[in-house]
Amino acid sequence: MSDKDSKETTDRKPSTMDEITGVGTSWGRAMLVPVLALFTALVCGALIIAVSDLDLLSLWKSDPGLAASGTWSKISGAYAAMFRGAFGDLQGWSETLTLAAPLILAGLSVAVGFKAGLFNIGAEGQMVIGGLTAVIIGFSFDLPAIIHVPLSILGGFVGGFIWGAIPGLLRAKTGAHEVITTIMLNFVALNLLTYLLKSSAIQQPGRDDARSKLIQESARLPRLLSFMDDPRLRVHLGILIALVAAGVVYWMLFKTTLGFEIRAVGANPDASRYAGMNVLWLYVAAMGIAGGLAGLAGVNPTLGLQYRATPGFSAAIGFDAIALALLGRSHPLGVVFAGILFGALRSGGQEMQAATGISIDLVLVVGALIVIFIAAPALIRSIYRVKTDDVSVSITKGIA
Amino acid sequence: MELELRGITKRFPGVIANEDVNLTVRSGEILGLLGENGAGKSTLMNIMYGLYSATEGDILVDGEVRAFHGPSDAIAAGIGMVHQHFMLVPVMSVAENVVLGVEPLKKKRTPWMFLGLVAATLGLLLTMVFNLFGVEEGIEGGMVVLLAAFAGLAWILHKDALDIAESRSEVEEISAKYGLAVDPDALIEDLPVGLQQRVEIIKVLFREAEIIIFDEPTAVLTPQEVEEFFGIMRSLQADGKGVIFITHKLNEINEVCDRITVLRRGKVVGETTPAESTEQGLAEMMVGRPVDLQVHKADAKPGDVVLEVQHLTVDDDRGHPAVSDVSFSVRAGEIVGVAGIQGNGQTELVEAITGLRPGISGVTILNGEDISQGSPRHVHDAGVAHIPEDRQRMGLVLPFTVTENVVLNTYHLEPFSNGTVMDWSASKAAAERLIEQYDVRTPSAEAPASTLSGGNQQKVIVAREFSRTAPLVVASQPTRGIDVGSIEYIHERIVEQRDNGAAILIVSTELDEIMALSDRILVMYEGRIVAETTPDDTTTTDLGLYMAGATA
Amino acid sequence: MVDTTVQAAEAARGERRAHRLGWFYIGLGLFVALVFASTVTGEGDSSFGMVLARDRFADFEIGLGSLRLLPSLVVPAALTNFLIAAVMGFLGARLLTKKALKPSNLTLALVIGLFLFAFLTWAAAGQSFNLASMLRQSVLRSAPLTFGALAGVLSERVAVINIAIEGMLLGGAFTGVIVGSLYGAWPGVLAAIITGGLLAWVLAVLSIKYKVDQIISGVVINIFVLGLTSFLSVQILTQNADLNNSPRIGAWNVPFLSDIPFFGTILFKQNLFVYIMFGLVAVTTYALFFTRWGLRTRAVGEHPKAADTLGVDVYRIRYIGVILGGLVAGFGGAFFTIGQVGRFDENMTGGRGYIALAAMIFGRWHPVGAMSAALVFGFSDAIANKLGILNTPIPSEFLAMAPYIATLIVVAGVVGKSRPPAADGIPYEKQ
Repeated sequence: MSDKDSKETTDRKPSTMDEITGVGTSWGRAMLVPVLALFTALVCGALIIAVSDLDLLSLWKSDPGLAASGTWSKISGAYAAMFRGAFGDLQGWSETLTLAAPLILAGLSVAVGFKAGLFNIGAEGQMVIGGLTAVIIGFSFDLPAIIHVPLSILGGFVGGFIWGAIPGLLRAKTGAHEVITTIMLNFVALNLLTYLLKSSAIQQPGRDDARSKLIQESARLPRLLSFMDDPRLRVHLGILIALVAAGVVYWMLFKTTLGFEIRAVGANPDASRYAGMNVLWLYVAAMGIAGGLAGLAGVNPTLGLQYRATPGFSAAIGFDAIALALLGRSHPLGVVFAGILFGALRSGGQEMQAATGISIDLVLVVGALIVIFIAAPALIRSIYRVKTDDVSVSITKGIA
Repeated sequence: MELELRGITKRFPGVIANEDVNLTVRSGEILGLLGENGAGKSTLMNIMYGLYSATEGDILVDGEVRAFHGPSDAIAAGIGMVHQHFMLVPVMSVAENVVLGVEPLKKKRTPWMFLGLVAATLGLLLTMVFNLFGVEEGIEGGMVVLLAAFAGLAWILHKDALDIAESRSEVEEISAKYGLAVDPDALIEDLPVGLQQRVEIIKVLFREAEIIIFDEPTAVLTPQEVEEFFGIMRSLQADGKGVIFITHKLNEINEVCDRITVLRRGKVVGETTPAESTEQGLAEMMVGRPVDLQVHKADAKPGDVVLEVQHLTVDDDRGHPAVSDVSFSVRAGEIVGVAGIQGNGQTELVEAITGLRPGISGVTILNGEDISQGSPRHVHDAGVAHIPEDRQRMGLVLPFTVTENVVLNTYHLEPFSNGTVMDWSASKAAAERLIEQYDVRTPSAEAPASTLSGGNQQKVIVAREFSRTAPLVVASQPTRGIDVGSIEYIHERIVEQRDNGAAILIVSTELDEIMALSDRILVMYEGRIVAETTPDDTTTTDLGLYMAGATA
Repeated sequence: MVDTTVQAAEAARGERRAHRLGWFYIGLGLFVALVFASTVTGEGDSSFGMVLARDRFADFEIGLGSLRLLPSLVVPAALTNFLIAAVMGFLGARLLTKKALKPSNLTLALVIGLFLFAFLTWAAAGQSFNLASMLRQSVLRSAPLTFGALAGVLSERVAVINIAIEGMLLGGAFTGVIVGSLYGAWPGVLAAIITGGLLAWVLAVLSIKYKVDQIISGVVINIFVLGLTSFLSVQILTQNADLNNSPRIGAWNVPFLSDIPFFGTILFKQNLFVYIMFGLVAVTTYALFFTRWGLRTRAVGEHPKAADTLGVDVYRIRYIGVILGGLVAGFGGAFFTIGQVGRFDENMTGGRGYIALAAMIFGRWHPVGAMSAALVFGFSDAIANKLGILNTPIPSEFLAMAPYIATLIVVAGVVGKSRPPAADGIPYEKQ
């Protein structure tokens, strides 16, 4: 538009929420950046593997040929193990889906926040509170599984919902920026968890360290492949919860009036208020829903795997969730794929660590690199000299 | 000094903002640059000021080609610019704002901090040599380096120390010379708009500009302040400065300029002088076809009172009263125009009526129902259509599609949803119907609103608000910043609504619009209604006086 | 840009600040009276040691025995708490009744200080407790927080949100220890500084050049650094212990000043990093508010376009601010390894970067404010470590939460709203 003289059109660019969601971009192009980002991140990961072996490094001086082949076999071995661990066999798939489930749910949590124009860095804390609530319900009652499992899951959702609604409420009532409040609430939740796990009502009797009682068997999420009678096939109800949640979130966002309101508030709170929406309530609702989804993510490791709560059960999933939401462009379907990818990285990472001794922390690095390349497509463009959609990702509108 | 633009072309992706523009301005003259919204005036000036670089063409200063890589090059060449939106840092003082970028530094001053640190470094060196204090092994060397580093920092900072007293006195000097009185220590955010403009002018003069560009400087001023501003411009001219005065107001350009250049769609379409031109002629040149400056409408046939506002008092964002004890009514089938300078309570008045801002006291009654305490939704559903003053901030969700914007405030009603689940096919059908009916130029109903031009965006809002039969229409700045064609179209539609029996309240800062549309006129000044009249009983001059606070 | 809903709320809050603060003081006073004063456990007197055993003039030898120059401060716990509560109540009431009174930061600091003292008196009732040592620890523990917060101030004053403080601290700690182990402590510090600067450069490029959302860039840098340092620590440091054993830079008593009783102990018998902290806070304050660079920096943070139209290079100023911040944060990172234990552990900063962020907000984007907040947080950190000695009913987790909850209270505007630079977080688009 050459509307350079008009008062309004020059200053503001269209909000970028649509760019995160990929509105108005073709799918082929939309996929190009994520694929290249993944590839580039894995190449960087390979470089890191190469330089982190001091013996191989010193070999480059004396015998470059040997060093090259050694480096190659190390990298290829690592990535082969990673692929095997993720998709190599039934167990790999099982593990990938097991680990993907909480990632998908936490990713949906962040995505719903993005849609409402809110940056939920607090998925970690919401997971903690949700998971803990679920565990408390899980060991406190003695009910038939058909009631106990849904009740515990619901408890997880409600716990996360409340913890998530707090920053929503603070934002609505006081304008306190959710980035700051959710970060702070993460640490409050983590400290609260350690404290509660050592309190007499929750701590496992006879133990000194912070770990909760075991939940009742009736509260455990059933394993999907239990008929195969292999204890290593851990995939449980959680992945189904995640997929259903993704479906529900999609329906909610795009087919209901609530979703319309959430998306409108995210893109333009002033216009939403003008249109008669209750912006303050929507902040609370959106953050609550986001928190509830993260709470469901917290249900996965507690009710599905460990059958209790331990200090580290959230396993920094809440931070990976930000990566997932970006990678999936805040679209529920995208988040599902991104979640499976990150689940695969994590389960492959376990196998890599077991088989080659290369630390699973590499997965964190690769994940971070993927996000950098996704968030700065111009980087990918300049590396590969390809044309991609020019999207810059910007959610934060001033802080505090 | 002579500044010349030769063959300037500026292309943005997909758009040509300026095409082969030639323009000259010399010291001691006032050049008027006329063009309607979107004609490319600001782009051109931003090129001249180094903010944009031209795709093609040259800028010549005194006949010599110069390349401006940024505003600092333009400033160095003697060009200054007073932007339409003031470029002032609100939390800083006048003096700080004036000197920013060319700050005077303290010249003669003993670098005490530096000397002290150097002494400390030396002292520590001595301490090391004689091992006086049993300093822990390994620390002294680093300590010396550190202290030396801090000494270096102190030296750099000493060299960079700001001389705020000097800045203050320079501001006072310029204030005195040009009669632009302003307190150098006042914070910008505490100053009224008129004074902020003075600060902008002082900024330009402080940089010793020879050519000064004013981008739509009168938009925020009362007619009387405009006169005062013309005085300032003339005194600058008398002082030998060249002035470029950008505006889209025909009467202003004829009053003060020596020469006039008219831009249309990025091209120069005419050069003339006030003596040779008429307003009608300039308007045609600006728009590119004969323009009808009048709105054709039959006499109003006012019916029952639809909106009754009684003793309404409203606070602004800071908690100060913005609207004080305002009472008026609007009848079915009439258009009531509210005139006033921006910021005299019109925004708050509209927001209070539409439920967006709580009234402190007083009532608003719509067809007998008290809606003072109603939420925006309640007011909307009670039958108030609202065209908000800022379409991009409030009227539209830009990333949303046209369809989504069409149902933006009716999505909760049948047929667009059942209250919980949306019916997108019904919404899309409605959108396509309105696009057709209101001549909205858009590729499809699924195109994001951000891809539409300003005029078409406004048409989407007008279509949305007029598509339901609301007994009251509140329209704030309905034609701000859009092209003449769309203005004419929207005016027609507003009159049509009136003739269909709606009560219409128009708020506008454009006097011409108020005069053309209104059946009755209210003038707001400092939160009060200071005059009530009709277009037939008043003139723009009188309205201007009322707007400046004169009482009827 | 903040939407108007928020703006309206913000403005209204400004008017109510004095009011809220008044009630806050009174509430705090009530809390002290009801919780601390009434539940004093033990004998009733709190004894505070005012010297360290190794202080030079701790004892005077007089004849047979020795005399403590500065005797322990012994206060009756309950009475002290009641007195403090009364003072708080008075200050609160004064704010509520006198309309014209503007709430001052000094009073706020006084009230917070009093509250902390009340807390100590309560916790130490019936026992003796070395106040000097505790305060000294507080100052020491606040050092990395202050460096982090300064990094935040420098970066956010040019309107680039810096969530990556945590990553810069951790990165600085990591490279510091490796280079320190290889080449000595001071080269290690230099390496840490450079690491912080490099990470800040990445943040700057991402958020200024590529206009990536600044929160995302920050979070990503944190994850990246955490992952990389943990990975390298497992892959390299575990097998090469000699790379993870750096010489340290420890305490240095300032000649003469350190012999001042009590205050000398707290302030001048400190780690070298503490002195540098004071120096940097002074320098940053002067630079930000009294120099040309500072004026331009603040202008860029508040209204970049205004600065740009006056020929100030917005991008350059932003790069400088962010990278300077990174250098400071990297230096702060070195404190964890070279300044303290001399070895690196995975995730050893443990979220202190986020506390530093909180300190910056708490300190209202001002270096001195940030340091004051860091001192308070350092205090809560130090006291958490002494809880075992004090035998109070408060679990250490709750003290660990204190900085975060305090920040929640501040950003929620209960104790006066702090206003960030207006353009904070918004990438600048040059046309």
